[in-house]
Amino acid sequence: MLEKLLILLFASNVLAQVCMPDAPEAYKVRLSIKTALGDQAYTWNDNELYLFRATLAFAMRNYLSGQLFDVSNILVCNETERVSFWFMVKSVTNPTTLIEKQHVENAIKESRHRINSAFLLTDQTLEFLGILPTLASPFVPATPPWLIAFGVVMGVVGAGIVYFLVAAVVQRKRKKTLDEEEEAKGATENEIAGENLDGIYNTSFSDDEKVTEM
Amino acid sequence: MVSEDECADHTMSGEAKDSEERPKWDNKVQYLLTCIGFAVGLGNVWRFPYLCQVYGGGAFLIPYAIALVFEGLPLLYLELAIGQRLRAGSVGVWTSISPYMGGLGVASLFVSFLVGLFYNMILAWILWYFFHSFQSPLPWTDCPLNSNHTGYIPACEDSTPVNYFWYRETLNISANIETSGGLQWWLVLCLASAWCLVYICFIRGIETIGKAIYVTVTFPYLVLTIFLIEALTLPGADDGLVYLFTPNWETLKNPQVWLDAATQIFFSLSLAFGGLIAFSSYNPQKNNCESDALIVGCVNSFTSLYASIPIFAILGFLANENYIDCQNSNILTLTNAFNIGDENITRQNYEEWFEHLNFSDPSKVESLQLKTCDLQTFLDQSASGTGLAFIVFTEAVIKMPGSQVWSVLFFVMLFMLGLSSMFGNLEGVLTPLLDLQVIPSWIPKELLTGLICLTSFGVGLIFTLGSGNYWLEIFNSYVGSLPLLIIAFFEIISVVYIYGIKRFIEDIEWMTGKRPNLFWRINWCVISPLMLLIVFLAYVFVESETTVHFPMADVLHYPEWVAAICILLSVFPVLSIPLVALYNFIIYLKTQTGLPALTQLDACEMNVSLHVFQHPLVT
Repeated sequence: MLEKLLILLFASNVLAQVCMPDAPEAYKVRLSIKTALGDQAYTWNDNELYLFRATLAFAMRNYLSGQLFDVSNILVCNETERVSFWFMVKSVTNPTTLIEKQHVENAIKESRHRINSAFLLTDQTLEFLGILPTLASPFVPATPPWLIAFGVVMGVVGAGIVYFLVAAVVQRKRKKTLDEEEEAKGATENEIAGENLDGIYNTSFSDDEKVTEM
Repeated sequence: MVSEDECADHTMSGEAKDSEERPKWDNKVQYLLTCIGFAVGLGNVWRFPYLCQVYGGGAFLIPYAIALVFEGLPLLYLELAIGQRLRAGSVGVWTSISPYMGGLGVASLFVSFLVGLFYNMILAWILWYFFHSFQSPLPWTDCPLNSNHTGYIPACEDSTPVNYFWYRETLNISANIETSGGLQWWLVLCLASAWCLVYICFIRGIETIGKAIYVTVTFPYLVLTIFLIEALTLPGADDGLVYLFTPNWETLKNPQVWLDAATQIFFSLSLAFGGLIAFSSYNPQKNNCESDALIVGCVNSFTSLYASIPIFAILGFLANENYIDCQNSNILTLTNAFNIGDENITRQNYEEWFEHLNFSDPSKVESLQLKTCDLQTFLDQSASGTGLAFIVFTEAVIKMPGSQVWSVLFFVMLFMLGLSSMFGNLEGVLTPLLDLQVIPSWIPKELLTGLICLTSFGVGLIFTLGSGNYWLEIFNSYVGSLPLLIIAFFEIISVVYIYGIKRFIEDIEWMTGKRPNLFWRINWCVISPLMLLIVFLAYVFVESETTVHFPMADVLHYPEWVAAICILLSVFPVLSIPLVALYNFIIYLKTQTGLPALTQLDACEMNVSLHVFQHPLVT
């Protein structure tokens, strides 16, 4: 009887340390190395898996400061050809319990970029199913660029309109003064025309010239 | 009616006087380019290719060509000839043919004004997209992020980023036409800049228009050529072109095809606006308007065809991209579900893999709900109008390398196409106003054009509301269609039966040096009016009412007050035709003291007075 109890206890201990897919504390990871790197893709092997476990331990250490997580705390199972697998994190303080999902999620979110970089992957090619990547907010400049383009166009157009209006006013003024001048000219021209029509040769001038030519 | 010879003495002196005062084109090229610019507009780019695609590609060209030859060209020739002969805008021309028909000119004026209102709103939208093309990445590439940055805004998730940018960030469209949604300040700014751009080109009438059109009419052809060359290098372009031009002769049996061809030609040539009459009125009288009409008509149709090639190449490219995306998503679903190695399933071996997986585990495959990817379905997603430019094309542009350049080129081209059409609309407003002599002579032309632009901007603010797009659809459907058909019908009846076809032909012979042959005469007297009548009747009985509800398109019916406005918009411009006739009839009855008809002197004086009173405002 006692032996059975012991065996059960031992089994449950072992069970707690064996990773199971769909367990409440387990996450599924999916890598798409060929999609991300194409020709430069590396082959997934045990060494890469070791690096993954080490990176996760690093993330857990950063999150739960003080607790020194090790590679042995990260349990991995159900590896597939896809390159996908499940993992769970064992606690440091109490080796029979597992770290809750929420803590693991927060740890990964904090160090996501470092984890991605370790594998030369991105948020889309290294997926933690259930953990949504924090999308990078796009760069928002102080002045929306469209207002700048708008300002340039309106500036040029406004200058053009002002030019046309000023030119019109100037032209009207010039025309006005021209008209006035023409009227004035018209009056005097008539008088001159009248004189030319007379055309009387004034001999007194010519006489004077003959005298002074000495 | 008084014969032209008897009035000749009077008209000669009248001509000598008004040839100094009336503005004129610098050269023939300017005139032709302006008419071509007026005729070639946004519809050539975003309506004709759509019709071609929907009505069986190459087969559509047959009803289109028939409509051009029997309806478009005769009407075009008629308008150019009558404007050139009578040397007046629409009001002057129709009043001089018969005072009872003066209402035609007023109707053209109203229609030109109303169309100019919403047409410039489209230009404002084009400017908005143009201003936004100077960013990397283009703003319609991605959805905006939600507040905790874990995903995209739900409204954008349901739809696409391009749709979201158009309906929410550009239009900020309200749910239906009754919710006005307030003025959208960014659209007001864009509308103001559009009107300023129009004003600076229009400021001195044809003096400035004539300079502007050298650029605005030729540049679009350059851009179309660039797009053509680029589009043909894109993958999937040939699918689009084959789809466009494969003739489906069955469609010719559908009467709707013939109706649409006739309406397309009619609206494409910008007839009945009064703009063409105004433009040709600035010509010298001895000018070959027959060749002008043929040139303008044929260039317009050629442009439609030429534009449809790059448009469809690009649509084919987009359909191809969407098809590839669809296939890739299926591949990813299968890969993830069955944990197959990354990139083992490719588009080439997809079929084999699918069969193998379906054989081994059919229930699981079914549960994945894979999409059916059919290239034909993607090609069938046709679009016309603003949907083509602002949704489909913008989506294609982000997938092309160097998106900003293509986006800028495309929207500049659209803007110039629309701008040159706006000139015609505004001339259709300006010239009759000057003919009517309601403007005091001390107002300079610059001020008058400025006032026209300002008034149009003010009234056009309705289109900057949240419900503005709905109003624009209403204006487009009800103002830009039925009234024009009615006006054109009365135009041709006036010239042929009131002015007299004989007299008209003699006038043309005097202007061009040769008589128009039998073909033209039969068209003017019988075929064209008949076609117009049929198109008008068919139009009245075939209506469509839809409103768009973003993010899903819903068909809603207009509330009653909106339906009343629709009817008002159709009827109001053409009301002037019977009203003016009635008014003149009443005057005639009042002055009936033994003058049952206009005497010769009265008629000649009428002609002279019109010529003498032209444009006292020329500076």
